[in-house]
Amino acid sequence: MSVNVNRYKCGYCGACVGVCPVGALELVETWIEVDNTCTSCGVCAKICPVGALVVVK
Amino acid sequence: MKNSYDVIVVGAGPGGSITAKTCAEAGLDVLLIEKRQEIGDPVRCAEGVGKEGLKRHIEPDNRWIAAEVKGSKILAPDGTEIKMSEEASSGKAGYTLERKVFDRALAQQAAMAGTEVMVKTRAIGLLRNNGMVRGINAMYMGETHEIRANIVIGADGVESKVGRWGGIDTSLKPGDIDTCAQFLVTNIDAGDYSKFYLGEIYTPGGYVWVFPKGKNTANVGLGILGSKAGNTRPISLLHKFIETYLPHAKILEMVVGGVPVSGPIKKTVTDGLMLVGDAARQSDPLTGGGIINAMDAGKMAGEVCIKAKEKGDYSAKTLKEYEDKWRATIGKELSKSLLVKNMLLKLSDEQLNQLAHSLEGVDTSKMALQKVLPILFKKNPRILWELRTLFV
Repeated sequence: MSVNVNRYKCGYCGACVGVCPVGALELVETWIEVDNTCTSCGVCAKICPVGALVVVK
Repeated sequence: MKNSYDVIVVGAGPGGSITAKTCAEAGLDVLLIEKRQEIGDPVRCAEGVGKEGLKRHIEPDNRWIAAEVKGSKILAPDGTEIKMSEEASSGKAGYTLERKVFDRALAQQAAMAGTEVMVKTRAIGLLRNNGMVRGINAMYMGETHEIRANIVIGADGVESKVGRWGGIDTSLKPGDIDTCAQFLVTNIDAGDYSKFYLGEIYTPGGYVWVFPKGKNTANVGLGILGSKAGNTRPISLLHKFIETYLPHAKILEMVVGGVPVSGPIKKTVTDGLMLVGDAARQSDPLTGGGIINAMDAGKMAGEVCIKAKEKGDYSAKTLKEYEDKWRATIGKELSKSLLVKNMLLKLSDEQLNQLAHSLEGVDTSKMALQKVLPILFKKNPRILWELRTLFV
């Protein structure tokens, strides 16, 4: 379970990191890292201002 | 970098830099880290601040002031304007900042006061001893370092991890965050008021702002509550708004971001740790403004660090003074703003128009929102009944 981040869309704002309920995301400089605690809940994809995140089930 | 400090501040935004400066001026040994290689960039902010709040912390400097504004205008769905100003006497209420320059100026002040600043340095975890937070694990240029401190300040913004590592759940629910997009545009008449457009007609479930950054340029942005975002992205809604209302605008820069609008959270300190600014969710739920609150909170947190050092006690019991202080001031305002915001979100375009029309013949141009609200309530008790607790 994870999310895919389209780094060509991502504006590296970190909003997704702030809403992740399990802390699976991290903003490093200009990219988002996803660790293996991601539950594919999809909250990050819902609030992304540019729609850069896609949930993988 | 040494391996031990009195205070480590994580994040060199306005909140972090003011905390660091306050501590360093009192002679504390302070490390301020910023994970980006450039302080202040990329910007994630509409850059509007009130003059009075700003002046509490720094003397205004033309290097980082993009424009001066007279006040705010709220635009109802039918275009009716409500003009307001926080600073009636001078007729100039606020500024639109150049955050890239402003943030660096604040970090510079912290540095000049004695703070050690490290950029491209990211906190990746906390050090602990007997349950107390006693420093951080940091990564600089791909290498990890253990850096000890008596107090860690999490000023790490909307994406804060420091609180979570310390056992404070700061995760935001979709209803606790505004998802935002903004363009710096030119080739428009920016005017000399910060403008807020309210209503479905402009954007569903949120609002649009236009903050002047010069005669022809402005930050034009749009925010919607995460829980109301559905499948529409703020960036697409913003494109649509600009095509409709500012068809000649030319885009110079794109900014995206999330603004905490949760109102005060339950806990912002623990043993050896305090949270400041967006990390503590201290941004205003109504206006989205967070700069002044972060700086005010940073000052308070810094002063509590100084006291803690004097006492030699860094437990939550000592640090709680910071929490009590910000809650009694910033926190109160956040709660009020949250109430007004929740109310506004429920109003139809027709009701918003009614509210705007009810102020016809009232000169609000020298009043702050806090003065206009009671008038609105008096004239529209039915629509605004939920706000009654604000006026007793």
